[in-house]
Amino acid sequence: MQFGGGILSLLIFLPMLGVAAILLLREEDHLWIRRVSLTVGIVEFLLSFLPVWAIPAGAPAGFHLQEFHHWISSPHINYHLGVDGISIFLVHLITLLTPIGILASWNDIKHRVKEFHVMLLLLEVGVVGIFLSLDLFMFFLFWEFGLIPLAFLIGIWGHERRLYASVKFILYTMGGSIFMLVGIIYLYSLTGTFDLLTLQRMIHEGQLVLPARTEMLLFLSFFIAFAIKVPLFPFHTWLPDAHTEAPTAGSVDLAGVLLKTGAYGIIRVCLPLFPEASHRAAPYVAALAIISIIYGALVALVQPNLKRLVAYSSVSHMGFVVLGIFAFTNVALQGSVYVMLAHGISTGALFLLVGMLYERRHTFEISEFGGLATPMPKYAAFFLFAALSSLGLPMLNGFVGEFLVLIGTYQRHWQWGTCAATGVILSACYLLWSYQRVFFGEITNEKNRALPDVNPREKWVLVAMSFLMLWLGMHTRFFTLRFASSCQEVLQQMKSNFAHEAVYPAVPSLAPGTQEDSLRRVVSQ
Amino acid sequence: MVPQAADIARILPEILWCGFGVFLMLLQPVVKNRQVLTLFAMVGAALGTLSTFYGQPGSGFFGLIQFDTYSQFFHWLVGLVAFLVILAADSYLERENLEAAEFYALILFATAGMGVLASAQELLTAFIGLEMSSIASYVLAGYRRDSVKSSESAVKYFLLGSFATAFFLYGIALVYGASGSTNLMQIASADSGSSLLRLGLTLILVGLGFKVAAAPFQVWTPDVYEGAPTPVTALFAAGPKAATFALLLRIFTTIHAATDFWFWAFWILAAVTMFVGNLGAVVQTNVKRMLAYSSIAHAGYTLVAFAAVTTMKLDPETGAAPAYAAVLFYLLGYSLVKVGAFTIVSEIGGQGERYLTLDDFAGLGTRQPYAAAAMSLFLLSLLGLPITAGFFGKLYVFNVAVSSKLIWLAVLMAVNSVIGTYYYLRVIVVMYMHERKGDAPANAATSLSPTSAMVVVVAALATLYLGLLPNHVLGIVLSQNLILSSR
Repeated sequence: MQFGGGILSLLIFLPMLGVAAILLLREEDHLWIRRVSLTVGIVEFLLSFLPVWAIPAGAPAGFHLQEFHHWISSPHINYHLGVDGISIFLVHLITLLTPIGILASWNDIKHRVKEFHVMLLLLEVGVVGIFLSLDLFMFFLFWEFGLIPLAFLIGIWGHERRLYASVKFILYTMGGSIFMLVGIIYLYSLTGTFDLLTLQRMIHEGQLVLPARTEMLLFLSFFIAFAIKVPLFPFHTWLPDAHTEAPTAGSVDLAGVLLKTGAYGIIRVCLPLFPEASHRAAPYVAALAIISIIYGALVALVQPNLKRLVAYSSVSHMGFVVLGIFAFTNVALQGSVYVMLAHGISTGALFLLVGMLYERRHTFEISEFGGLATPMPKYAAFFLFAALSSLGLPMLNGFVGEFLVLIGTYQRHWQWGTCAATGVILSACYLLWSYQRVFFGEITNEKNRALPDVNPREKWVLVAMSFLMLWLGMHTRFFTLRFASSCQEVLQQMKSNFAHEAVYPAVPSLAPGTQEDSLRRVVSQ
Repeated sequence: MVPQAADIARILPEILWCGFGVFLMLLQPVVKNRQVLTLFAMVGAALGTLSTFYGQPGSGFFGLIQFDTYSQFFHWLVGLVAFLVILAADSYLERENLEAAEFYALILFATAGMGVLASAQELLTAFIGLEMSSIASYVLAGYRRDSVKSSESAVKYFLLGSFATAFFLYGIALVYGASGSTNLMQIASADSGSSLLRLGLTLILVGLGFKVAAAPFQVWTPDVYEGAPTPVTALFAAGPKAATFALLLRIFTTIHAATDFWFWAFWILAAVTMFVGNLGAVVQTNVKRMLAYSSIAHAGYTLVAFAAVTTMKLDPETGAAPAYAAVLFYLLGYSLVKVGAFTIVSEIGGQGERYLTLDDFAGLGTRQPYAAAAMSLFLLSLLGLPITAGFFGKLYVFNVAVSSKLIWLAVLMAVNSVIGTYYYLRVIVVMYMHERKGDAPANAATSLSPTSAMVVVVAALATLYLGLLPNHVLGIVLSQNLILSSR
């Protein structure tokens, strides 16, 4: 038995304390509001290292630091948290990007500063909660909880078309999640539990066998919600608007973690609970993923707007994540998790850089720039580093994940791998071409001649991000060792179910008492 | 045939509410201080509500009323609503310069009528309760006599309301003709499935459908809600609706002919009502009117749980208890949220209720941060987002719909929730993300009046309490195994 002693609860709700502290400060006291939220962000980041120590490298799969409390008696909703090798690094990503976002908007955000930081911290609560929940109901709760702060971040502190983008974002994601709620409730009415581990075990051991059609409908009710969040073509249209209009910190969080919640949901819920349906849907999903990769890259290629270009590159990169998941090989799945981490860092860095440029020139139009390397050499160097990591240069973070996804996919379906590989080439095209147009050549626009280079605050943020890119690119084993077994576990759960596929025993009706007992058993393992 | 003392105790809430109403009218010539009257009215509402503890469960007045935990729950609900509405009306009456005593008396009379509705066991008693609450409501709707809209509201409500009451009465007559009784228990045992009984039940459903604003009997709702003084609108949206649902559920579950016969009626009513309410709300620019349409939509969500009763009743283990619990929980959360939301609308409206459009809510987030935060909470609850009462209400309704295999109805409800997202969030977007227009109201209040603030705080805390820790209330509503599940 391993109980977390509340570390995970603390991890989720510490930002709440920060929110309370900020609310006590005066509205005009901008400096202290920033300081308090930054401190909370950093403490939260350091705190998120504790679970990493709790999971030694090469630890067996399964959930660590579990917390289990009864919450609501009818329907049986439990407060169940836990962390495994996949979720821990995603939690890291958000706890890292939140203080980075606060630092990045130190001078950028000038009005309604208090609310801005409250929203950033609330967003952190929601996202950390998504990654740590082991109860479908809690998962849904945090899923919805995270929406509102981000919609506010886009809608209040965004750029010109912020309202449109904010409403579009929320309608898309809520539209998806309401069907997930129906799916969750339907699953509950079949099994009498929301507990993810119990459900996984019931499916795994053949206690619960869903008819093919029901399973597919349930799979779709979850998958559409996740696919909108990822976003997968053709559900991606909210993303470019949301990204382009969001303030820098919002874009960083959106790209860094919000998109990952969708992919995480697929890994955590869709695959283990609906293995058959996942297998049957795989060719279609993979087709959509490949379309996302190529389509995202092609649209990025022709974007006149720098921020929109980075946004479309996200569509392309997230396509790799989904492709890797639905290849159902261990290598590809590890690659997917790796792409999630890498994409969070490099795209986050690109959004930071684009945001810095916007602070100086108040435009994202590529045609407004040109020859920026002359006035801003350091900035240009950082940008190049981030762009190279994003396009997948070996030794940097982007390479590892995409490489693993491609290898893993190729093992099973060489056609998919071949098609997806063109995305890598295209990403080099759009990033290098836009880099050339923005930074090289003569200065064509007089306004750019006297642009200041990065200041110390920006420099240290960028140094930290660049260091992470390098570290993720070189010290791969540090990460893969910790999530390899979890990835294996996910695939294992799918496979062993396949052994039962010939036999379809009747659905056993479970008395409530036995569920509780089995739940206890799972927790105490 | 003399009523026992225990019988009197079972209608003690109604007696107290009516008594205080009469008392207030007697006070009117003597007491000029509005706040004293408010205090008396609140004491009356509270005493009536608390006196529900005094009555022993059981049937009273030779089967005319049935006093049980179910009716106790609804007495609590309407009493609480009346208490909050009186508190919220205090500053409203001052601002609009309206007579207080009559207003409070009418609210108490209406509440007494709702109490009768909640415990009626006999159709003519129910009719009396319905009339008591309706007639007081007609007067309340037209209480701002100098306003054209208010008068229009009253006349419209009166004409259509009388029409619907006629349906109800005619239905009672036919049911009596078919079964020889107006007592629900006897109608149930004389259940013959004759077409006369069915016709009667249909007419009763039409009459009550009007009162709960179920489509296609909802046309009066937007105009009446918009024209009535806003505290009265809060009352309309919460009290009579909950009490009528209480009666509807009692008839529906006691008379087995109705349970089977009304199933498709409820299915269709629920689906149509949800769509009419939500699609109507989408195009509104007046917040008060939008909330009126939203209460039509919510009547539709509640009817979904009604449709689930029929199937769940066959379940030998739990019976339809989860469906009843869903209805009760939903109505409780919904009523409190509506009272809170309308109270804020009433305060923002300013004198003469002039500032009710979306534009008038622009920039509320910076002007009145607390009011805007509370309003957002209420809207999110109506929308059904987690950690609010509305979320659990919707969850329970979803749950019973899914477990009684009404998947399509659940899907329609999901679609409607998505439509609802649009117009609820639009208000939040306007409050926080739009700048205030140049010709903004100069005399708009900068903060809520203390009494309204109290109402808002109570409603907001209740919304969060029901959203975070629904266990306790859920335990109460799940224990409704009263007469509803027995014959």
